[in-house]
Amino acid sequence: MNTRGLRSQLKDSVPVTGLGTQIGAYGVQDTLRSGFSSVKNELLPSHALELSEKNFQLNQDKMNFSTLRNIQGLHAPLKLQMEYRAARQIQRLPFLQSSHLALDTLKGNDESISFEDILNDPAQSEMMGEPHIMVEYKLGLM
Amino acid sequence: MLNTSRPCQPQSGGFSFENSRRNAVLEGNLSELGYSSPKARKTGTTIAGIVFKDGVILGADTRATDDMVVADKNCMKIHYIAPNIYCCGAGVAADAEVTTQMMSSNVELHSLSTGRPPLVVTVTRQLKQMLFRYQGHIGSSLIVGGVDVTGAHLYSVYPHGSYDKLPFLTMGSGAGPAISIFEDRFRPNMELEDAKQLVRDAIVAGIFCDLGSGSNVDLCIITQAGVQYLRAYDQPAQKGKKEGQYKYKPGTTAVLTKTVTPLPLDIVDESVQLMDTQ
Repeated sequence: MNTRGLRSQLKDSVPVTGLGTQIGAYGVQDTLRSGFSSVKNELLPSHALELSEKNFQLNQDKMNFSTLRNIQGLHAPLKLQMEYRAARQIQRLPFLQSSHLALDTLKGNDESISFEDILNDPAQSEMMGEPHIMVEYKLGLM
Repeated sequence: MLNTSRPCQPQSGGFSFENSRRNAVLEGNLSELGYSSPKARKTGTTIAGIVFKDGVILGADTRATDDMVVADKNCMKIHYIAPNIYCCGAGVAADAEVTTQMMSSNVELHSLSTGRPPLVVTVTRQLKQMLFRYQGHIGSSLIVGGVDVTGAHLYSVYPHGSYDKLPFLTMGSGAGPAISIFEDRFRPNMELEDAKQLVRDAIVAGIFCDLGSGSNVDLCIITQAGVQYLRAYDQPAQKGKKEGQYKYKPGTTAVLTKTVTPLPLDIVDESVQLMDTQ
């Protein structure tokens, strides 16, 4: 429901991917897109909330599932996770916007409004992901 | 913006931290030169609320400050959440505004889903969970008051996510003067007129004793019967009329010497433009 301490986030089970160097053309670091490189930049997050926001949904789910398991037994989170997996599989291709309607209804996100719905709407973003790379990443070929 | 830190994964909504590193570097550069980065507009407020015999009265001043300059002389600090719940906001003006609007939408969705009119505790709980999630970076302190099926309630929520439930509350930079008025004269189960006068006096104390509060007093009276929103209930800080004439008569000061210096001017350029007068 709420954030845990930020210290525990840094060495937690969710890996800190995506903060590494960006290899641009010719195998060199892409300064235009990702700025100057330094070891500190890559290891530490730039804002106090960056890590906790990135992992927020995952941590929420983990906590809810463990509470459910303690109250109702193992079958409850297992069944729910099966339904989540099924709903997550019927999306559009990764570089297009899917509505996530089934997933939202299962999670209960269709009855609340938070900053994910107001700010930075992915449907309005100016850049589209590279279609081939995104599909290869999703299929695990990369 | 340029969300290229994760080019393979689909984008998600919410806060984007791409520019925070750049901002930190910029602030460092600016402070070396002796300048400071622009600050968010705060409300520099006095907000107050009490529980009286029939319900809840919320009061607020109407000044918004931009560091040391008055940015808005008549802003509204009492926000609508539900037909029976209102919320006063202090702290960063934009944060308070957006937070209360989101709460209003969430409470409406929740009450549609449950089929019951909303409770004040619901608003408080959602507020404190959201503010704790963002660890105080959303700088809004709020006083939530309303009358629901369980009675009249008044809560205050702080920017880091803590809350208090009390019969009288004040927040904002003018909270000190205002709470002193409450501590002196508050009694449980006051009548409507006494309670209105007490809240008005508390806000006026904040207006006169705190630089960040000023202009008018707004009141919002919530009872079982309905809501009365009194905008500009009192205007204590109006300029008074001047009592007499303070101009000096011509000839009051004697002229001792007079020197005239003509300025020589040369005609450089002369051009004639005809106007069309038809």
